[in-house]
Amino acid sequence: MMVSRGATRSPVIHEFEAVIVGAGGAGLWAALELARAGVRTAVLTKLYPTRSHTGAAQGGVCAALGNLEEDHWEWHMFDTVKGGDYLVDQDGAEVLAQEAIERVIELEQMGLPFNRTPDGRIDQRRFGGHTRNFGEGPVRRSCFAADRTGHMILQTLYQQCIKHEVTFFDEYHVVDLLVDDGLTGGVVAYRIADGELHVFRAAAVLLATGGNGRMFRVTSNAHTLTGDGMALAYRRGIPLQDMEFYQFHPTGIVGLGILLSEAARGEGGYLLNDQGERFMERYAPRLMELAPRDLVSRAIYMETRAGRGIGGQDFVYLDVRHLGREVIEAKLPDITDFARIYQGVEPLTQPVPIQPTAHYAMGGVPTDIEARVVVDDRGTVLPGLHAAGEAACVSVHGANRLGTNSLVDLLVFGRRAGRSMAEYCRSAAAPELVANAHEPVRAELDALRTRGVGENPNHIRAELAAAMMDDCGVFRTGDGLRRLVPRIRELKERYERARVQDAGSIFNTDLLEAHELGYLLDCAEATVASALAREESRGAHFREDHPERDDGDWLKHTLAYRAEGGPRLAYKPVTITRFEPKPRTY
Amino acid sequence: MQVDLRVLRYDPERDSKPYWAEYLVESGPMERVLDLLHRVKWEQDGTLTFRRSCAHGVCGSDAMLINGRNRLACKIRVDQLGRRISVAPLPGLPVVKDLVVDMEDFFAKYRSVRPYLVNEAPLPARERLQSPQARARYDDTTKCILCAACTTSCPSFWAQKSYVGPAAIVNAHRFVFDSRDEAAQERLEILADKDGVWRCRTVFNCTDACPRGINITQAILEVSAAIVERRI
Repeated sequence: MMVSRGATRSPVIHEFEAVIVGAGGAGLWAALELARAGVRTAVLTKLYPTRSHTGAAQGGVCAALGNLEEDHWEWHMFDTVKGGDYLVDQDGAEVLAQEAIERVIELEQMGLPFNRTPDGRIDQRRFGGHTRNFGEGPVRRSCFAADRTGHMILQTLYQQCIKHEVTFFDEYHVVDLLVDDGLTGGVVAYRIADGELHVFRAAAVLLATGGNGRMFRVTSNAHTLTGDGMALAYRRGIPLQDMEFYQFHPTGIVGLGILLSEAARGEGGYLLNDQGERFMERYAPRLMELAPRDLVSRAIYMETRAGRGIGGQDFVYLDVRHLGREVIEAKLPDITDFARIYQGVEPLTQPVPIQPTAHYAMGGVPTDIEARVVVDDRGTVLPGLHAAGEAACVSVHGANRLGTNSLVDLLVFGRRAGRSMAEYCRSAAAPELVANAHEPVRAELDALRTRGVGENPNHIRAELAAAMMDDCGVFRTGDGLRRLVPRIRELKERYERARVQDAGSIFNTDLLEAHELGYLLDCAEATVASALAREESRGAHFREDHPERDDGDWLKHTLAYRAEGGPRLAYKPVTITRFEPKPRTY
Repeated sequence: MQVDLRVLRYDPERDSKPYWAEYLVESGPMERVLDLLHRVKWEQDGTLTFRRSCAHGVCGSDAMLINGRNRLACKIRVDQLGRRISVAPLPGLPVVKDLVVDMEDFFAKYRSVRPYLVNEAPLPARERLQSPQARARYDDTTKCILCAACTTSCPSFWAQKSYVGPAAIVNAHRFVFDSRDEAAQERLEILADKDGVWRCRTVFNCTDACPRGINITQAILEVSAAIVERRI
């Protein structure tokens, strides 16, 4: 087999009109729109498309179809705004709630096998924070395919991409974003199979790389969710928005973080402490277990801190036994399987030990409602650059995302991104490639595998994940965050001297993981700086030294720009249209 | 406890042929084979190469041959296997490096059965209706995660690499029996080919290997029966 040692070879150049980075739900829907518009598009993924983490989403996708009871998109919009503790941009939430309905119908028409009502319509169930009539009580809004809704969305969109002959570059890891003179120029990618660098020249680029949960020790996220798109943008001077808002999902498998869907509570599951109490009564008397995730995660910590965890330990029980075998097997088959395999617990007869797990970044690359990346507090667009899905921050989730709204987000804004890119490509062309555009990143990759001696990057990753979990988790303090700032700087310095063991070219996952660690470190730096500055508690960001929400000083979005000596922070206002901020009770 | 982990390794840049490498790995009984592989990679030998992503059995990246059976490394626990564990790449596909196999042909076969809904009727304003019974008809085969555990456990596939294989048939089944789809005839014609369903010898290896518990052999037989009924 031919062996190529990168350093002296020139990269392979590809010419497209549009490039999509990431083949989860957002990237695939954007690809479909571009294919329908006849735009020459390449979809790059570091996995195979069907391995994307959209496929792990379980419980459903909310849309006010009203198939089982009265529902209205305005109610969905309100729940989204309130769930996000009023940091949501309401123009975005309006688009989200309205278009959710069209997108879910369209998914059905593409073939998605939703569960059905007896009369053959899409079945719907309750989900955390989704209510009727502006908060009165839970509503059946979540459309689902058993507890593998995300799997079916990912499969269905990929199937449609095959039908529309979308061009995929599978197992290409994107290592640089080309921005020249204020214009998007394409990306540089590392082909995992042989270590060759490929330059993709394109006028429009979509960052749809998902989240960055791997910066925490206990997470529901795939190993590959390393904040790639966020860090690529950050390194090019684009700010990251609202990174301090990171969601911990209440019901992760103890120690492992694997998710047991909110669908378990949507179907009527209980959360119990050591005394067998449904403790949510103390924290959210109206919605109980179906309160938004930030509240439930904090409640679990409060219980365990007060010594009411199971056996005094740091977890509580999720109990679905009373739902009966039929409901569990028809509507929650996968997650009961997870409990059996990963905990050795039988949910039909035993309560399942759970604890909060790092789950979802509300923050990300700032965009407008057309999924165009905006680079400042005045809405200035970086021409050609787009972001969608978890990598982006529209912001429709504000300070805390509601269950299922991640899927709604990627459907609605993935489609909008594709349309916006097609529109852009009609009039714009990619700028000429700068000579040797790939050289900086080649040097970076070569250093990781050829410098004489260096630390094992896996140790740095483990330390980062532990430190973030300890001091930037569900509860935060000024002292803890101040400790973290120099800690992350130190880890970044050590990373500059790290070296992988595998120096080869073929399928070098050692190198790949080390490069991903660089992305995580950038995300962590922006997260910690944003969290330290925000001296209030809002949504998922809870400061024990500032436990109240402070609309006077902090009803604003954070923008973290990369700078020497640590991120530079700026702020921008929240768009408020229909719903004035109110105290948030459930 | 300590596990004796043997991995069939091969790096085309360094090795002339595959060899068994042995590692002693500390492990708890509830840990998965993927945890052991990570422990080796992160602490002992960074060159050990395998695919993985979600680590809980839904993405399909880490199918491999574990103690003689195809399984997902993230879904099989140490206490289910014992202290001696051997791991090799999926059989029957070209090895790229260590536990990584070339998946291109596998996905090409998947694409060959037209794995997408075909319905050219004008779209209604709302969702198409489908009864719960009609929905249940193809439920089992919607679970497929394309991990390739089934196809690469099939002796017919090992013997005849042009065989489209169980995974592709499963994904054809998912549409053939979907009441909303109109292209069953074309898919059945594709699968009535000499490299289609008739190569199945009902050995049940695929069904045993499926980490999603899909009754694959039954799906293949249902597709075969449909071909016979329609006299394709």
